[in-house]
This record gives sequence, structure tokens and C-alpha cells, in this order.
Amino acid sequence: MAGWCRSLVKGVRSVGVRHFSNVRTVTLIPGDGIGPEISAAVQKIFSTAQVPINWEEVDVTPVKGPDGKFGIPPAAIDSVNRHGIGLKGPLMTPVGKGHRSLNLAIRKEFNLYANVRPCRSVEGYETLYRDVDVVTIRENTEGEYSGIEHEIVDGVVQSIKLITEQASRRVAEYAFKYARDNGRSKVTAVHKANIMRMSDGLFLCCCRDAAERNPDIRFEEKYLDTVCLNMVQDPSQYDVLVMPNLYGDILSDLCAGLVGGLGLTPSGNIGEGGAVFESVHGTAPDIAGEDKANPTALLLSAVMMLRYMDLQSHATVIEQACFDTIREGNYRTGDLGGKAKCSEFTDEICKKIEESNS
Amino acid sequence: MMAPRLTPYLSRLSTLVNGIQSRSVHGIAPLTSAVQSPVTKPEGRTTATLIPGDGVGPELCQVVMDVFKSAGVPMDFEERHLTELYARRSDTLEEVVESIKRNGVCLKGILATPDHSSDGELKTLNMKLRDELDLYANVVHVKSLPGLNVRHKNVNMVVIREQTEGEYSALEHESVTGVVECLKIMTRDKCRRIAKFAFDYATKHGRKKVTAVHKANIMKLGDGLFLRQCEEVSAMYPNVEFSNMIIDNCTMQMVSNPHQFDVLVLPNLYGNIVDNLAAGLVGGAGVVAGESYSSKSVVFEPGARHTFSEAVGKTHSHAPSLGQPTEPRQPPVLRQHGEGGRR
Repeated sequence: MAGWCRSLVKGVRSVGVRHFSNVRTVTLIPGDGIGPEISAAVQKIFSTAQVPINWEEVDVTPVKGPDGKFGIPPAAIDSVNRHGIGLKGPLMTPVGKGHRSLNLAIRKEFNLYANVRPCRSVEGYETLYRDVDVVTIRENTEGEYSGIEHEIVDGVVQSIKLITEQASRRVAEYAFKYARDNGRSKVTAVHKANIMRMSDGLFLCCCRDAAERNPDIRFEEKYLDTVCLNMVQDPSQYDVLVMPNLYGDILSDLCAGLVGGLGLTPSGNIGEGGAVFESVHGTAPDIAGEDKANPTALLLSAVMMLRYMDLQSHATVIEQACFDTIREGNYRTGDLGGKAKCSEFTDEICKKIEESNS
Repeated sequence: MMAPRLTPYLSRLSTLVNGIQSRSVHGIAPLTSAVQSPVTKPEGRTTATLIPGDGVGPELCQVVMDVFKSAGVPMDFEERHLTELYARRSDTLEEVVESIKRNGVCLKGILATPDHSSDGELKTLNMKLRDELDLYANVVHVKSLPGLNVRHKNVNMVVIREQTEGEYSALEHESVTGVVECLKIMTRDKCRRIAKFAFDYATKHGRKKVTAVHKANIMKLGDGLFLRQCEEVSAMYPNVEFSNMIIDNCTMQMVSNPHQFDVLVLPNLYGNIVDNLAAGLVGGAGVVAGESYSSKSVVFEPGARHTFSEAVGKTHSHAPSLGQPTEPRQPPVLRQHGEGGRR
């Protein structure tokens, strides 16, 4: 641990000398369970790749606020607000009452309106589907997950799905921006406006407007059920998908299933003033601390973060090293059918980065 | 001497008999009338309502009729046109409902549901028909067909979907400009009814496991109600295993390991999603059959509802999804009435 800290400090310092003005600080929330291990792996890889980033590690264990409710410690919120960018490991949502889901709280606190999940087939890890390359962009603040529910009379519950023009416009516009920034050619709006004619209709209208303002990107609209049906038959017909909250939740996990599960898919949450990148898999308490976890999802999330921060060259080097390591197959972790430990997998990636830099 | 004393008894008896007759006619009217009334028809012939639907529906229905004719199925079709696209060519909903109620069985193509209706109506024709007939349970049997080259093999599951409430309530309004509320309604009675239907179905068809699919971690009240009813009903069926799964995880599991599923029971929208997803696993919308049940009638239709309007007239659409429900498996309601023994 101490040695690793030293190497990190050294890494940061040596980078700092070269691009002093460009070093940016990122808030790191290691998370629970396997979170600390995979966060350490990402930090090690980043320092090997000499990424000009300083980490500020914060603890988000809930503390009791002045209102008596448990919530994120103010120090953690301050940190993300100050730096505008964060990387987050998996968090455990305590079962039982009185706790708000921390994931939800972070999303709310920083107004992270768009959830971006690129799903790409990983070469060397075989699933039934090859050549999957889709990005789901999900509206993250409203929709079915508005949390407004009540029991009108005994046995009759009403849940409100809230769709606003402002939020729909914002996420639609972002989808086109993302497509352009990442060299994508098509945006598909996924909706159910044939059934929910007003709410999904409004969402769809906002997407159409955004499409008119972005004529360089192709636009199409599809029903949710059609997309589900086609996605499992031929995923290659889709590129970037934009949709309301619930549909995004469902489709993003479906797409992750196509490429081998949540252990390989990165995720980013884009907000007005900042962004938080995270791995969306669970905390895997059964293997926590045993050096067995697969850091790929968090590492690829960190790579997304680098692209967001416009550190393209570093992103490419790290991503390539990660994919090469998985493809070669000598250092795969248990979830990918290999026997390697998390640290061995990490070391192999570091080795590849050093080779490419030398 | 006896006659005067007997008369009141006799007259009372006759009213009783009349009462029984009329009551029996009312009680099972939709089925018996179809069997009894047409005197000229050979015994055992059944009449079914046929709604060709939009898109490729009419072509597929023609195929089914041809196949039935060749196979000598003792069934007559009473054709009713229902469409939301060309209002003038559509029979009224009342006529169609009356026909289905009378026949008790219906074969239906898919009705297209445009994003906007001409008169600002929020409810689609499909929804109205389901509500009118109270077709609460939709059953889609997703089974791999031998010979089809698809990624997933040996899939065999039944998706049971509640289709009269939930997100399909058509209760929407714009509170202020740019803010739309859409209500999802879940009621205890309907949740319980579909849960019971699912367990009954599993018992009757020798299925081992029922999985309730929900999002109760987020929609704690609405989906929570659904999950709780499923749990309560499951306690009454100790021979059927019960589990539950969150919808997003369910879709992920379905594409990576669909073999773990047996019978799934879902609220409306999730059912729609899983129906289509599962259909995709075994070869697409053309090969999956579906059936919608009320307590009195049953409507057979393709399991994944796509009109494929782009394929109209090209004679390459797949009839199996329309043919399947009525061909290999005669509906239980028909069997009860001694349907000629032929398939």
C-alpha cells in the first residue's frame, strides 16, 4: 500500500513538472465491496500512463444531516462541486427504510441529467453477439422514476411519470452533441408515443426539434418494443439511442447483457456543471478484498472521463492496453473465465502502457 | 279430484323450468349461442370472429383461412374490420365487441397504433377493445422452433402480461406548458387476478416456476403492490416455485441466459417489452403466438405486435404467429364444447 502510494505520488509529481498548468483534480469515490480494489487498480494504471490528474479521495458513508435524514457528507459534495468531475466505484444501497439510495442522491445532488452507457463487444470474450457497438443515453432526472406515488384509495396506487420539455430538450440535445463528439452517425429516439401519446409524445417532439438543429447527424424514431425485438436479433442496426428514464434503464442493461454483463460496460453521468463516471455493477461483497475483482468497467468509465476532459491520447492508450490484455487472454479475471488476480490483470495493462509509451 | 290440486304445482314447475332455461342461456350465452343457433350447420362447427387488422394482417389471415380450409378445420370466420388508420373502413367497436362476445373466440391481426389519433383520443383502439372485453391476461408462449437459425436455442418460456391497467391507462395531462404527467395505475384486484392467472396457468400446464418481474425498488408503491400480490398468491401454490426479478436485470438475463425462465408474470409495459424481446430471441415477431383472455372470451393474435406495414403485399411475411395459436393448440374454451376432434 505504502509503495503504491509512493509510486502514485511520484507519478503525479513527474507529470506535474511537465504539464503543471494542465493537472486537474478529480474526486474519487472508491465505493464499497470491491470498490477500493478496483479504484486502486485504476489509479495505478493512470499513474503508469502519466495521466495529468490528481485524485481527491472522498468518503461518502452517509452521515446524519440537520434534517435527521442520512445523506452524503457535505465534504464529498463540496469536492465534486469544486472539481466538477468525479469517478465512482460501486455503492451499496442499504436495505431498509430511512436511507435514500446514495446513487440517487448523488444523481440528484449534481443534477446529472444524462446517463451514457456505451456497449461494445469485447474482442476475445465471446458472447452470442458480435459487433455490438451501441450507446444508450438515458434521461436521468424524471420520467417513471420521478418518485411521485400515492395510494388514492385502498388498493389503488397511482404512480406519476413526469416528462418535461426542459429535461427532454436537454437530453436530446446532449445525444446529438455526444454523437458528433464521438464520431457517431445516427441517433435513434426510443419511445412509446403510440401508447403514451402526450408524455412520450412530448419527448419525441423535443428529439425531432433537436434533430432539425443537428442536420449532420441522422435521426430516426423507433418504438421501445421494436427496438427490444430488433436489438436481440441484429444489434448492429443501432448507433446512439436516446430515451426517457425507464426505457433507458431497461435497454442499457439489455445491451450490457449482449456484450457480457455489467462487468465490462462503462457508464457516465453528465450534468449541467459536471460529470460523474461510474461502474454500474454491484459491490460483489463475496469476493471483496480477495484480489479477484475485474476492474474493467471502472477503468473504461475512467477512460470515458478522460475523453470528456479532452485527454484523448491518454484515453486511447489505456483503452487499447485494456482491450489487448483481455483479447490475449493470459491475464483474464475469474468473471471472464480466467484465473488471474485483479493485480495481475492491472500489472499486465500497465506493462502494455509502458511498452507503447517507450 | 287431483287435477285442481296439481295445477299450481305444475304451473310452478313450468316457471321453474323456464327460469332454468333462460338462466342457462344467459349464463353461457357467448358459447352456446354459437353452437346452438345455426340449425343448418353441421354439428360441431365453430364460429370465430376474425379481425384482419392493419399492415400484413389481412394477408396473414388469408393464409390461415386457406390452411384451415385445407386441413378441414370445422370453423367458420365472421369477419369484422377494425382499424384506427382508416376510420371509415372500420366497423364500430360495439359491433366487433358484440361479435367476439357472442362467439367467445377471435383471431386477430395486429392493429396499428399511430402516435396521434385524429380526434385527440389518448386511448388506442387496442386498449379500448381490451377494456371493453376485459381481456386482462395476455399469454405469449415463446418457444424455439426447430429448423430456424437463431442465436438462442431451446428457449421455452411463457410470458403472462396484465394488459388492462398500469402505464396503458391513457390518463395523461399537461399540468403547465411543457410539463406532462402520465399516470400509471395499479390496483390490488387486478394485480391479484393476473398473479392468480399465472399460477393457475403454471399448474395447469405443468410448469415449475413463476417469476414476477417488477421495478419495486424504484416504484415502491405501484410495483410494490404488484409484487406483494404475487407473493401472497404464490403462498397458495406450494408446488410452483416463485421468484422475482427486477425488469432491467430480467432483460439482461434474457439475452445472456434465457433458459432460466419458465413462466413470467408482468405488469403491462414490462410485459410488452419482454414479449418483444423474447420474440426476438426465437426468430422475431413472425413466429410467436399470443392469446388474450378474459373470463369469457379469448382473442388469439401474434405475440409480438408489429404490423410490418413495410412488407404489405410482398408475400414474404410469416403466418406462423397467426396460425400457431389456433392450429396446434385448440383453445380450451373450444375443447370443452366438443369441437369435432380434428385439429
